Amino acid sequence: MKIVAVTSCPTGIAHTYMAAEALEEAAKDAGHEIKVETQGAAGAEPLAAEDIAAADAVVFAADVDVRNRERFAGKPLVQTSVKRAINNAGSVLAELEAAAARGPAPAAAGPVAESAPAPATKVDQQAHFGIRLRQWLMTGVSYMIPFVAAGGILIALAFLFGGAEVATKVNGGTFQSVKYAGVTDLSKLVAQAGYAGLLFKIGATSFAMLVPILSGFIAYAMADRPGLVPGIVSGLLASAIGAGFLGGLIGGLIAGAVVIAIKRVKVPRAVAGIMPVVVIPLVSTLIVGGLMIVVVGQPIAAAQRGMTNWLNGLGGTNAILLGILLGLMMAFDMGGPVNKVAYTFGLAGLASGNLKVMAAVMAAGMTPPIGLALATVVRPKLFTRAERVAGEAAWLLGASFITEGAIPFAAGDPIRVIPSLMVGSAVTGALSMAFGATSRAPHGGLWVIGLIGRPLLYVVAIVVGILVTSVCVIAAKSIGRRVPAEGEAEEAVVPRAAPAAS
Amino acid sequence: MAEVITADLVDLDLEAGDRHEATRKLAERLVAAGRVTDLDGFLADVRAREAQMPTGIEGGIGIPHARSAHVTEPTLGFGRTAAGVDFGADDGPAHLIFLIAAPEGGGSEHMTILASLARRLVHVSFREALLAAPDQQAVVDLVHKEVLGR
Repeated sequence: MKIVAVTSCPTGIAHTYMAAEALEEAAKDAGHEIKVETQGAAGAEPLAAEDIAAADAVVFAADVDVRNRERFAGKPLVQTSVKRAINNAGSVLAELEAAAARGPAPAAAGPVAESAPAPATKVDQQAHFGIRLRQWLMTGVSYMIPFVAAGGILIALAFLFGGAEVATKVNGGTFQSVKYAGVTDLSKLVAQAGYAGLLFKIGATSFAMLVPILSGFIAYAMADRPGLVPGIVSGLLASAIGAGFLGGLIGGLIAGAVVIAIKRVKVPRAVAGIMPVVVIPLVSTLIVGGLMIVVVGQPIAAAQRGMTNWLNGLGGTNAILLGILLGLMMAFDMGGPVNKVAYTFGLAGLASGNLKVMAAVMAAGMTPPIGLALATVVRPKLFTRAERVAGEAAWLLGASFITEGAIPFAAGDPIRVIPSLMVGSAVTGALSMAFGATSRAPHGGLWVIGLIGRPLLYVVAIVVGILVTSVCVIAAKSIGRRVPAEGEAEEAVVPRAAPAAS
Repeated sequence: MAEVITADLVDLDLEAGDRHEATRKLAERLVAAGRVTDLDGFLADVRAREAQMPTGIEGGIGIPHARSAHVTEPTLGFGRTAAGVDFGADDGPAHLIFLIAAPEGGGSEHMTILASLARRLVHVSFREALLAAPDQQAVVDLVHKEVLGR
């Protein structure tokens, strides 16, 4: 077995290295290959990316947070204390072997299991229900996002080049008293609606996949491959009913649950062979589709309409409050579930023609990385070397609306960093709503500024948020004792003569 | 760069009622050698670390340690006690006590020496050799050989 490990203790001069040595010795005795990263005071020699990629399993022997733990995402993991690794490295490795045998992702189900690798899910089968629910939803959202990016930007470009009437030209209807027949034969698309119409049609087709992909991969995360068919069908039905994201989300969950239930039924051997190919898709899709159309679809559609009307009716103070709330959510976990809820809310607004929410969400998602990048330039001594390097990349990430660029900073010092980011994003969200800025693009940050309504004020909103974020971060990091991360000590500011145990 | 350990930092017949007394006696040797400038300040730093989690590990070892502003050179103090002193390990008192003193913000070269020392402590052969060492200089030589490879 190939193992990678990280050891880390409060002071970083003794147990970190003892645990590393003990693990290496035990691995040698058991015939495993191991590479250990000691996050201690002598400077951490980071594990090579290829070693991590090749590893079958991961050990964290740590009494403090492991830095950059996202590098190990998806690997079988055993977390333990440094002391246990020192005293009993053998039992840690035994536990690791068991964890590696269970594997990180759900195994493909049924006799149709193929050798091809299954799409990754973020689901940990051992976790509590609440955590698993979140992981199911996140799996769905993560497969949906590329469709959003591709479709949304194509649609936005279509509006940019073809004007606001391009949608009506393609779909038919009346726009500013001009009647358009709509494109019924795709071979005549360019002739009738121009190349902007072509962009719109492609983008709209990709956009139409959002809800089915969301619901399909929620069900996939729950029930593996058999969940995909009822999940996607329930999403298509949700779209058709007008139940939108909410409908797709619930449809996906129902589909996953129904498939799990059917798989529990014991069937005769003769039937077992056709269960995954015929019986499960047929029965589950029938049940889920029926539920969507007859039972849950209409109430959800009504709720969705209610939300849309409420959004469109929002004005003045309420709109600003919504901007603040969305800003707080965008910065709270930087790409995590809360951020995605706010983002999905923006998409729902976009889909129903409310472009202000999307603009506020995107602006609020841009300020955290840029604000931090600015802070590393203004007060470099408050940051470790690794953070300053991350700051260089954060400019571009922030400008591209990739809020995740702030994670390296928040991971190292969440108590000070996250509230600062939330304040800045709330300011930007509120300003964007107050200015009435709009965005036709669901993603793209500053690169889609051409698709922004009131672009100058929009930039003002973002810049103000960046400054607020930066000032808050610098102030928060200057208050109280700032203990530099171990291993960076030799070049970070040394605090007053305090116990070095960080 | 001064040696990490010298003969006058070794106490082969350490007598102490508890871990604080053991740590203090070893720290006094560090003060006498000019490697710790403020005994009480340094001990407070060690105690702060010890309070987070006891530093005793199985096999009869205690490793009180700290990075402290009162330390001038990375230093190892070594004490051996036949009676044993409780350092909070699960399997009983410690007979080998290593007081590791690191300067605040010490360079990584220093830290590397302490790191490789810590790695050697895991090895039973190293512990047994220390338990059997006949005099102070033997301990110093052993550390030099095992940790610095000379």
